Amino acid sequence: MYKRNRALNYKKMDLEIIKLIPLEHYIYFSVALFCIGVVGVLMRKNALIIFMCVELMLNATNLLLTAFSAYRGDATGQVFVFFIMVVAAAEVSVGLAIVVMIYRNSRTTDVGILNNLKW
Amino acid sequence: MSGLEISIALIPLLPFLGFLINGLGFKTVPKSLVGPLGILAVVASFALTLSVFMQFNALGKQPILVNLFEWIAFGEVSIRFSFLVDQLSLLMLMVVTGIGSLIHIYSMGYMSHDEGYGKFFAYLNLFMFSMLLLVMGSNYLIMFIGWEGVGLCSYLLIGFWNKNNDYNDAAKKAFIMNRIGDLGFLLGIFMLLGLFGSLEYIEVFNKVATGTFSVGDATITAITLLLFVGAMGKSAQVPLYTWLPDAMAGPTPVSALIHAATMVTAGIYMVVRSNALFVLAPFSLEVVGYVGVLTALLAATIGIFQNDIKKVLAYSTVSQLGYMFLALGVGAFTSGMFHVITHAFFKALLFLGAGSVIHAMSNEQDIRNMGGLAKDLKITYITFLIACIAISGIPPFAGFFSKDEILLHVFEHNKLLYALAVLGSAMTSFYMFRLLFLTFNGSFRGTAHQREHLHESPLVMTFPLIVLAVLSMAGGFMGLPPVFSSTNWLGAFMEPLFANAKIVNPTMFAHPHASHTMELILMGVSTFVALASMLVAFVVYGKGKNIPAEDSTYQGVTKLVYNKYYVDELYNSAFVKPLMRASELFYTFVDKQVVDGIVEGVGKIVKGTSERVRTLQTGDTSFYLLLMVAGILTILALNFL
Repeated sequence: MYKRNRALNYKKMDLEIIKLIPLEHYIYFSVALFCIGVVGVLMRKNALIIFMCVELMLNATNLLLTAFSAYRGDATGQVFVFFIMVVAAAEVSVGLAIVVMIYRNSRTTDVGILNNLKW
Repeated sequence: MSGLEISIALIPLLPFLGFLINGLGFKTVPKSLVGPLGILAVVASFALTLSVFMQFNALGKQPILVNLFEWIAFGEVSIRFSFLVDQLSLLMLMVVTGIGSLIHIYSMGYMSHDEGYGKFFAYLNLFMFSMLLLVMGSNYLIMFIGWEGVGLCSYLLIGFWNKNNDYNDAAKKAFIMNRIGDLGFLLGIFMLLGLFGSLEYIEVFNKVATGTFSVGDATITAITLLLFVGAMGKSAQVPLYTWLPDAMAGPTPVSALIHAATMVTAGIYMVVRSNALFVLAPFSLEVVGYVGVLTALLAATIGIFQNDIKKVLAYSTVSQLGYMFLALGVGAFTSGMFHVITHAFFKALLFLGAGSVIHAMSNEQDIRNMGGLAKDLKITYITFLIACIAISGIPPFAGFFSKDEILLHVFEHNKLLYALAVLGSAMTSFYMFRLLFLTFNGSFRGTAHQREHLHESPLVMTFPLIVLAVLSMAGGFMGLPPVFSSTNWLGAFMEPLFANAKIVNPTMFAHPHASHTMELILMGVSTFVALASMLVAFVVYGKGKNIPAEDSTYQGVTKLVYNKYYVDELYNSAFVKPLMRASELFYTFVDKQVVDGIVEGVGKIVKGTSERVRTLQTGDTSFYLLLMVAGILTILALNFL
């Protein structure tokens, strides 16, 4: 059944491409990306940059999920990635709207001024 | 429940009902109804008691157990709320309800001008209820409820005129001293429960009779001594007697009912009830006897020098209670009960007579300001005289028979105690006639105002006096000594109570009885002593001679005795003051410093730390995130370590 199904064959070839790079490299790269994201979120004050850094962290995860999925030969991880991308898109649209509103109200996108949740 | 059981249950319930109506309806029940209601409740109890007594005799004198409900059940122990009607409780019932009725009637006259009239009757009825519980309960726990109940009523009634702070102090003193005794009683009850697994009289005494306790058993001795500590408190024995003279702060009917006729005899009732235990502990009986004779003598000597009419009677009561315990101490339980009954008659009469005098003298109590009252208070005088003859032990009035029976048994048991008891008897006669002569003979020494108001009390007050006078005259015939008659009604009636005691310690009851000649000689001695003391009192105090001087002129021994051997002062400096000082220390140091320090310290620590920690909440989102990441890293690190 496998061999007669072209779509499956095509996908199998695709997975082989992913496997051209050793798994460790994916892990190092993802960790590096994730750390950049975390540091960016922690260090930067501009709301837009923070947003981008959050996306960076999400994508680091996505990459890792895909790599593991391919190496394990299990498609579940890639399905998960699609979900994350959808949710991230929705999140970005809401988040950007909030950032725009903050900018309209305070003429700045510096998160440092948002400290009203204080004692 | 059968009709008989219902009437038994109603005996204590009726006074309780009276208490509820008068107590809850205080100030709303019209004054004309309060007195009759209170009296009716007690008189009805008395009538029920009489009918129960007759049915008890008709049914063959078997103990009747009325089980109302199971009260406490745990493990194998079951404590029932039930009443036991037997010879002993019937005797007490008749004394309590009978004298109680008379005193309730008397109170209607005596308290008629008092603003707390309704309150007074409510308390009196509550007292009757508690006292009836005490004597009717079928186990030690019900007795204990009654025991505490009468203590409470005693407290309430001593401090009845609570605007006078001295009276309140007297009430507190009575309550606290009784608590000391109650602790002993309670411990005794716990030990009984531990030993027998039951508090029911019938079960406990049957277990004693069928058990293998030897005479002088250590546990039984401990139990009886503890029970006796309770009796010491309630019945005002050395060293816990000082509350009773102070208790005279209460209205006179209260002194007559609670502090002479009924409550203070609860200790004797309890010892008689526990006779099967006490005969197993000869040592405890020795203690009872010696405490009794010591109390009798001590109180009698103090009584000789008192100048307050009620104080004399109070010390006389303490002294007579000593006699009763002396009788119990030599194993003459019947004689002790006999004296309880006759004493209830004549001492209630004496107190009510004193009340009549105080009423006539516009609340004067000092006999130095009286004198010559015989002319104006004829009925009071005659009944008081009868009571004096009765208490002094001059035949053929009630006191003679009961006191003589006690003296006879003491003589058979211990000659030294007998000599002391006769000495006490001489003093009794002396101080009673001193009181009589100073109050009623000679010339009037009060103010002109008192002279004008001098009047005999109304019939509602003299009627109880007359009834009690008749009882004081004839009461002794219920226990005729063997030399006069072969049938001693009281002795025969109470015989079944001692069945268990005779099984456990037969030798106690088997001692040789004095011959009839000896009996007559002893009677002669006590009569002679009483008459001689009376004559001495007449020679010294008759016809208004030798009126006691002002307090400050007393010297030496007289001063010592007049001031009650300074026992109150001794207790004050030995117990009250150290206790006060300890309380002060505990208040200023332990409570203020240690306890408050700990409590406030905890608060201060929480407040101080939160003061610092709350600055962590900066409101800066990236700082929160930093902490979050730090937290996650820490968890991860801990996971891998």
